[in-house]
Amino acid sequence: MIEAWHVRVIGQYIMDKVFLPRADLGLLYQALIDEGYQVVGPQQQDGAIIFDYLDDVRDLPWGAQEKVAPGSYQLVQSDEQRCFSWNTGPQAFKPFLFKPTQLLWTGQETSTGVTFKPVEPNAKPLAFLGVRSCDISALYLQDKHFMHGVYADTWYTEQRNQLCIIAVNCSQSAQTCFCVSTGDGPEASFGFDLLLDEVDDGYLILPKGEKGNRVLARLAVQDATTIQLDQAKEQLQTASIQSRKMPEAETLKRLIRHLNDKQWLQIAERCLACGNCTSVCPTCFCSKQESSQELSTNEYQQVRYWDSCFSEQHSHIAGKTIRGKISQRYRQWMLHKLVTWQDQYQRSGCVGCGRCISWCPVAIDLVEEVNVILEGEVHE
Amino acid sequence: MNSFVPISAQLVDKKIESPGLATLHLKLDADQPFSFDFGQFNMLSLLGIGEIPISIMGWDDDKLMHTIRGVGRVSNAMLELPLNSTLGLRGPFGNGWPLERFEGRDLVFITAGLGCAPVVAAINYAVKHRNRYRRIVILQGVKHHNDLLWQPKYDAWRDLGDCQVLLAASEESKRKFHWRLGMVTELLEFAEFDPQHCAVLICGPEVMMLSAMPHLKKRRVQDRDIYLSMERNFQCGQGSCGHCQLGPHFVCKDGPVFPYPDVKPWLGLKGF
Repeated sequence: MIEAWHVRVIGQYIMDKVFLPRADLGLLYQALIDEGYQVVGPQQQDGAIIFDYLDDVRDLPWGAQEKVAPGSYQLVQSDEQRCFSWNTGPQAFKPFLFKPTQLLWTGQETSTGVTFKPVEPNAKPLAFLGVRSCDISALYLQDKHFMHGVYADTWYTEQRNQLCIIAVNCSQSAQTCFCVSTGDGPEASFGFDLLLDEVDDGYLILPKGEKGNRVLARLAVQDATTIQLDQAKEQLQTASIQSRKMPEAETLKRLIRHLNDKQWLQIAERCLACGNCTSVCPTCFCSKQESSQELSTNEYQQVRYWDSCFSEQHSHIAGKTIRGKISQRYRQWMLHKLVTWQDQYQRSGCVGCGRCISWCPVAIDLVEEVNVILEGEVHE
Repeated sequence: MNSFVPISAQLVDKKIESPGLATLHLKLDADQPFSFDFGQFNMLSLLGIGEIPISIMGWDDDKLMHTIRGVGRVSNAMLELPLNSTLGLRGPFGNGWPLERFEGRDLVFITAGLGCAPVVAAINYAVKHRNRYRRIVILQGVKHHNDLLWQPKYDAWRDLGDCQVLLAASEESKRKFHWRLGMVTELLEFAEFDPQHCAVLICGPEVMMLSAMPHLKKRRVQDRDIYLSMERNFQCGQGSCGHCQLGPHFVCKDGPVFPYPDVKPWLGLKGF
């Protein structure tokens, strides 16, 4: 009995994966609540896996599996007793940190002029349960953009600093996944406080750092058995089998030699410029600002909304539009994401999650298009 | 100053420069002095209407000057503003002309179009600190003679010692004293400066910048001595909103003034 509850520790920190029975997942949830977090977790909503505030572990997507293909995303119900048997819903962290609508400041007309008031960030301790390795990579890229530049975004930064991240290793890959080729998965190696592997009878848990260990200290965990550890390894091997492959970063830089490739026009014949890909992309960061007036209070508001480089207005300056054609906008998106992103943030902006492929209404496949353009080199 | 939130500024004077173009003199409600470099810009806003980037023309006593051309909803509303109105101001943003680095050199200014404020502001600075620079060459192109703003300034600059002012009108047929007919870049042929010890400051349409380059190359001006003030869609002013990207650059944050070699690969490429 003593052995079963024994855990290997160095100092106060657990260094190895420990085991939590499936029936005790609610205790992990409760531990997060007791640590002062509000929990955000995956749930079935509108036919997709959506990250939202989680009231109970019963609301997790038990038995839900994704059937994903270019231009297609469907949930199917299996009788499997797992809640993380899927890969990527349309969103993970992004809408909680870089909000789709953010009030930036308000202005009030007074007898002496105008008073501008900053809008305080409404940040709170949030625990994200069930995010994936690719989501964490994307989070770190957004950190670089929103927190580590000359100007830190207050709203993003305040929320980012209050996260507890409980990641899950993927146990299989979707047809659209290509995180192995971008080096972002399927195993999470950084950025989490707790890392889970979902195995047949429960969860392996690996804590990292003080935050993770504090949560884990509230749980009665067991030593993981060899069988459980082996299963987790096998699952990761299964998840590593992916058919899509994004070329490596240095190869991607060659895309810049193909500014006049016919393929841009070919893509533009299919692309609707709807911006779905930029909405679901976990690293896309474009925004626009609009001014509005609250008629009842005479208060003016400056609001920031997500924007997309696929909109015509995105590149508008006095008297002209720089990217009037869809072919130019798709080219801008792809070349920024895969090439110039490397100049800006020292790596490609693609984490291999495949969202842009499955949520594209006309099934444009980013990886395929990249390869078509690069393969064209052979014939040139 | 929180770079996301404007401070308020009173419109204390408005000088109509030409139809649809005016210089606003703004008095800031700020405790600290406002320091900036010429070539930098501010985000000016009108409550409930919107916010636009405007380059800083200079100081006039304690008032900050912005020259605005009415080209859209917000800029037109700003031109219509009655005196003593309040605007919002965020800034200054971006990199201006590195004028201190140019000390001891000849300065060549090339501008085209209406109200090229970033360059005029820099000329004002150079003229004010005349002994820090050697020769000053000013090349300005417009479509019609009458489009030239601040004509008296150009006349005054022409009368300065060691200062050459050349003007070009591209859509005129009548000749005029001090003027040539044609493009501003053709004036480079007549510009007298030391290509080995100069700084060239260019502001205007990108086609003009591109057509200036062969002329400058012929004179053996080094690429690194050429500086360009670029224009893109700026909404945040701090490299966050993504609209102003030019290849790897966020023009609002990394520019708007760039050394030519930094933007050379992207200049004139359609769609960037």
